[in-house]
Amino acid sequence: MVAADKLKKISEDVWEIPTDYKPGMNVPGHIFLSDRLIEGLESGAIDQTANVATLPGIQRYSMAMPDVHIGYGFPIGGVAAFDTETGVISPGGVGFDINCGVRLLRSELMADDVKPHKVDLINALYEAVPSGLGSESKFRVNDAQLAEVFRTGARWAVENGYGVKADLEHCEENGEMKGADPAKVSKKARDRGRPQLGTLGSGNHFLEIQKVEKIYDEAVAKAFGLKEGQVTVMIHCGSRGAGHQICTDYVKTMEQASRKYGIKLYDRQLACAPLSSPEAKDYFAAMAAGANYAWANRQIISHWVREAFSKYYKRDVRMDLVYDVAHNVAKFEEHEVDGVKKALCVHRKGATRAFAPGRSEVPVAYRDVGQPVIIPGSMGSASYVLAGTQRGMELTFGSTCHGAGRVMSRSAALKDIRGNEVKRQLLERGIVVKAPKDAAIAEEAPEVYKEIDEVIAVVDGLGISKKVARLVPIAVAKG
Amino acid sequence: MDFQYLEHTADAEFIAYGHTVDEAFVNAARAMAGLVIDPAKVKPEVEKSVELSGDALDTLLYDWLSELLYIFEVDHIVYSRFQVHVTPHEGGYTLEARVWGESVSRHPDISMHIKAVTFHDLRFEKKDNIYEAQVLLDI
Repeated sequence: MVAADKLKKISEDVWEIPTDYKPGMNVPGHIFLSDRLIEGLESGAIDQTANVATLPGIQRYSMAMPDVHIGYGFPIGGVAAFDTETGVISPGGVGFDINCGVRLLRSELMADDVKPHKVDLINALYEAVPSGLGSESKFRVNDAQLAEVFRTGARWAVENGYGVKADLEHCEENGEMKGADPAKVSKKARDRGRPQLGTLGSGNHFLEIQKVEKIYDEAVAKAFGLKEGQVTVMIHCGSRGAGHQICTDYVKTMEQASRKYGIKLYDRQLACAPLSSPEAKDYFAAMAAGANYAWANRQIISHWVREAFSKYYKRDVRMDLVYDVAHNVAKFEEHEVDGVKKALCVHRKGATRAFAPGRSEVPVAYRDVGQPVIIPGSMGSASYVLAGTQRGMELTFGSTCHGAGRVMSRSAALKDIRGNEVKRQLLERGIVVKAPKDAAIAEEAPEVYKEIDEVIAVVDGLGISKKVARLVPIAVAKG
Repeated sequence: MDFQYLEHTADAEFIAYGHTVDEAFVNAARAMAGLVIDPAKVKPEVEKSVELSGDALDTLLYDWLSELLYIFEVDHIVYSRFQVHVTPHEGGYTLEARVWGESVSRHPDISMHIKAVTFHDLRFEKKDNIYEAQVLLDI
């Protein structure tokens, strides 16, 4: 337990990085892991959590969720909240894939309706949604349309026939983050974004047909419209090249801004600017545009998923959106710090917002039970739906993990794992996988991730979100 | 040695070397391209010019590699041959480069998607008369 030796266990599943761990830490670090998961924690992830604690205006703790693993700047699974007057915003605290996120569609179909057709259905989805490296969209947006996508996100998609109004009510931020300004998005980001709208991308992005295997909380599941045996479709993707380029552009801007404002950086990827500065305002406007691009992207893909199901069954198959959550984003939110309500800029990098019942940001339909929290597993492992809690508001600024968390690098996976073998093993378990190439399966094989059940047990045990439903894969289309 | 890849648990990292700044920039581009495809398989059929300027060599390196990712994604060309000329001037540097490659569509074996160049561990420095360019890529 080399890495854990540097930490102090302060309560069950909560490990503290004390402020004397490294010079410059303004607050301690808090890492949420079970005794078993801490064994796999990399020292680099501890260092990165500590580095975040050195940033100006950080509130209470620099945090890492139970899916934590090494990134750069913030760790993946990193959460930090900054005072709006004394704090900063950092593109490295949001990440390159702005608003990479996940959404869940619940269908009217039951697993027995779908299982005999799973090969045809996943082929249909694979045909309907362009995926893989360099995939281009089936339609073209011009510059004016792209600007509207950046400005209004999922609303643009719905107003142009890709979805229904109810979809917007069930998206974080209603799928339209305010404050987006397309003028703050570079030509390069627009060039990368224009041909990729409506594409899944590659890496860990996927479409998955699932079955609701188990319900843990009947009342909340009912509010979310979920029941055992029901078929769901999960969509995981982000802002594609548009987001990557926005982050690339602004990390460089912030590098200069950090020098200008005299901010000492322990990792240059943490480059940032005071929230009141013009550089911060420009980045937020561009980041919000990237977030909106991602919501539009998931909305368009949802429409094609619905079309593919309806076309296959030769009738209108109802598929309502349960919810859509963002992973890589910075948001202005009100939280209580030491008994005082404060406006904060909360960075979640590879983390999910998980707001408690009663919060105005939670859709009216779910306000009594809490925000749906969607945690995807890997191919072959379960995914979970949880609900936000008051405990989460107190402990993590209303945040929870975003997945299982990697334990093996992509390059190591490509070296050690054969994609066609993974495909065969999954097929033996009844799970069909479709991918552009076997390498894409190898680098996302179940063994490159932590055990999702253990990660969720920590989240549920700490009470930062409560388990509602467990979903298991039937068929997967990989990016 | 032109470049070497470093062990990294999550992403891809390398150090590229050069007797000159130009050579180190070329080798950094070759190291990045080598993660995507075997450059020996790529015919230098398509040519592209790149012009950049920056106030420091490390940020110019960040811009150079970011530019290559951008043209890879927008032009759908895999690049395998590079010619770079970096000129110092008052307050910074100018980079003029030519790159050659061919259409991605002829290389269905490409599997790795490089999302971005990062500032984490980024350095460009001269050690014992050899320039070293260290870069971590988000993959």
